[in-house]
Amino acid sequence: MHIHEYQAKTLFSRRHIQIPKGILIDSTAKASDACKVLGGDIWVVKAQVHAGGRGKGGGVVLCRSVEEVGRTCSQLLGSQLITPQTDTKGLPVGQLLIEAGQNIERELYLGLLIDKQTQKITVLTSTEGGMDIEKVASETPDKIIKFGIDPLGSLSVSVQDCILMAQKLGLNTELTKQFNSTLLGLYEIFTQKDVNLIEINPLIVTQENQLLALDGKIDFDDNALYRHEDIAKLRDISQEDAKERIASEYQFNYISLDGTIGCMVNGAGLAMATMDLIEHFGGSPANFLDVGGGTTADRVAKAFELIQTEANVKGIFVNIFGGIVRCDLIAHGILQAIQTVGLTLPIVVRLEGTNAPKGLNLLGKSEFNIHVESDLTKAAIKIVELTK
Amino acid sequence: MSVLIDKNTRVITQGFTGKQGTFHSQQSIAYGTQFVGGVTPNKGGQKHLDLPVFNTVAQAMNETGTNASMIYVPPQFAYGSILEAIEAQMPVIACITEGIPVQDMLKIKAILKTSDSMLIGPNCPGLITPDECKLGIMPGNIHQTGSVGVISRSGTLTYEAVHQTTQAGLGQSTCIGIGGDPIQGMSFIDCLALFEADPKTKSIIMVGEIGGSAEEEAAEYIQSHVSKPVVSYIAGLSAPKGKRMGHAGAVISAGTGKAIDKINALKKVGVAIAPTPATMGKTLLEVLA
Repeated sequence: MHIHEYQAKTLFSRRHIQIPKGILIDSTAKASDACKVLGGDIWVVKAQVHAGGRGKGGGVVLCRSVEEVGRTCSQLLGSQLITPQTDTKGLPVGQLLIEAGQNIERELYLGLLIDKQTQKITVLTSTEGGMDIEKVASETPDKIIKFGIDPLGSLSVSVQDCILMAQKLGLNTELTKQFNSTLLGLYEIFTQKDVNLIEINPLIVTQENQLLALDGKIDFDDNALYRHEDIAKLRDISQEDAKERIASEYQFNYISLDGTIGCMVNGAGLAMATMDLIEHFGGSPANFLDVGGGTTADRVAKAFELIQTEANVKGIFVNIFGGIVRCDLIAHGILQAIQTVGLTLPIVVRLEGTNAPKGLNLLGKSEFNIHVESDLTKAAIKIVELTK
Repeated sequence: MSVLIDKNTRVITQGFTGKQGTFHSQQSIAYGTQFVGGVTPNKGGQKHLDLPVFNTVAQAMNETGTNASMIYVPPQFAYGSILEAIEAQMPVIACITEGIPVQDMLKIKAILKTSDSMLIGPNCPGLITPDECKLGIMPGNIHQTGSVGVISRSGTLTYEAVHQTTQAGLGQSTCIGIGGDPIQGMSFIDCLALFEADPKTKSIIMVGEIGGSAEEEAAEYIQSHVSKPVVSYIAGLSAPKGKRMGHAGAVISAGTGKAIDKINALKKVGVAIAPTPATMGKTLLEVLA
């Protein structure tokens, strides 16, 4: 689960990580008051959306007068912000963070994540902050400093380790102190709140010799939200794709795509493999959908409804390997779901596993537009033909 | 011979009296597994499915001589259950549970390094040696005693591989679903080593998918350590460049996790690639011909 920048910064400041002075607003009327409270004569208006690349999308604007702040706020509030990391619709802007401008001397990067290879919590830091860190890593890997932490190790990163990293970043004694407390704060949030990724980019050094988190990003482990009620409350569903939200309610795994063949499959691996097969025979999938176990009529109906909302879909490919669930029961579920949803699109059903012939027979005899097949290859060729 | 489990394996279920635990224990018993009981805290001393229930794994081991456990507890209890099995020195542990917090698994993984227990999963179908022992949720009837060792990151794709090798008349020695979580117990390499050493296994099917670099690491291992023929299918060639869930993840892994890179790495070391998920059995027959 992602949260907004302002929420991340609240968590930062509770752990004594320095952040710029800022005020969150949800209406333009509050903009000039915010500027007055913040003081100074330069402000930054930042759209709160769950996507990176906000600067490039016009969602982070430097303003040199209160009027300019007002104009920017009225433009951004209520708009859809499109960034290099969003889809073409963009994300709705409901809140803005206004911050006092900073005198930036250097921009650093600091993040923590789980390194799947070493199976350790890993600190990443770099002198090349404010940029796409992926790009830094691929073009100048020597500028990335990595540090692994034993998952069973002592409570935190040792002061010695912090000092070593601060040295590599070229920080003076005062900044090293601030770096230590920043890193320890991030580590605490990471381990106490089940974080997948926490990032400060950029972590700036100001002309006043201060280390400030200018931006903040946190991605939490969905599977651990049950033990962090405070974090679960930070969820903003306006930032989530409506289809994917419905899918997650039914514990489906769903991703919209651009093709013409709707897919309903049990198991994530088989769902991916089904898409591969469709492309192999010249078709294109309209979606990725793993319906998981329990293929009941209700769940199949919901899956059909979701698939029907895809604009380009011309046919549906149902590929189920019935393991523990019997195929004749799945067939009944499919027939019931077609009726419930009023589905008219052609469907190819491939069933394999326990009682597969019985299930296919049931579907084949029905009055609906269903083509049945037990052979996976033939089934894929059929649905590609039907949607040409 | 087979790997990890056979007809002499004495199986228990952790989360025995729960809905999932009950159902899959019944299935395992019906398959002919030597099933000796189960663990549910605070229900020790009771009978369930005509078998003894114990409060702890250690008690179950003392009383029944069990040497393999399958875990069906909800994700919030999985850390405790796996840890308990490791501390009791259970030799083989298959954790079926899906949705365990990743930092819980990070700690489990570190503890496993100092233990002799073998953990399969989590978020996996478990493992099976056909006609001998079923330690998981796979449909037993698609399996057939034979010579192919199957290793897979995906549940239903394991079933495809099994179904196709049964139809090809080859059958399976043991099938291991290692699971799809980022931090897991046994890896492809651990399983490859077991199959290479097992005389009953004559060939291997390895089913991988996009993400991470486990397949690339397996390719390196195969080059220097595996003499038996290996066929692989990698799911996800058609996957769009997914949503970016925190770009720093890609910074750290050696590869990019793309299917094509995995396929090329495996091809380079002589692994035959099944072009589609429907042709794993056929490709293996061609390799063996």
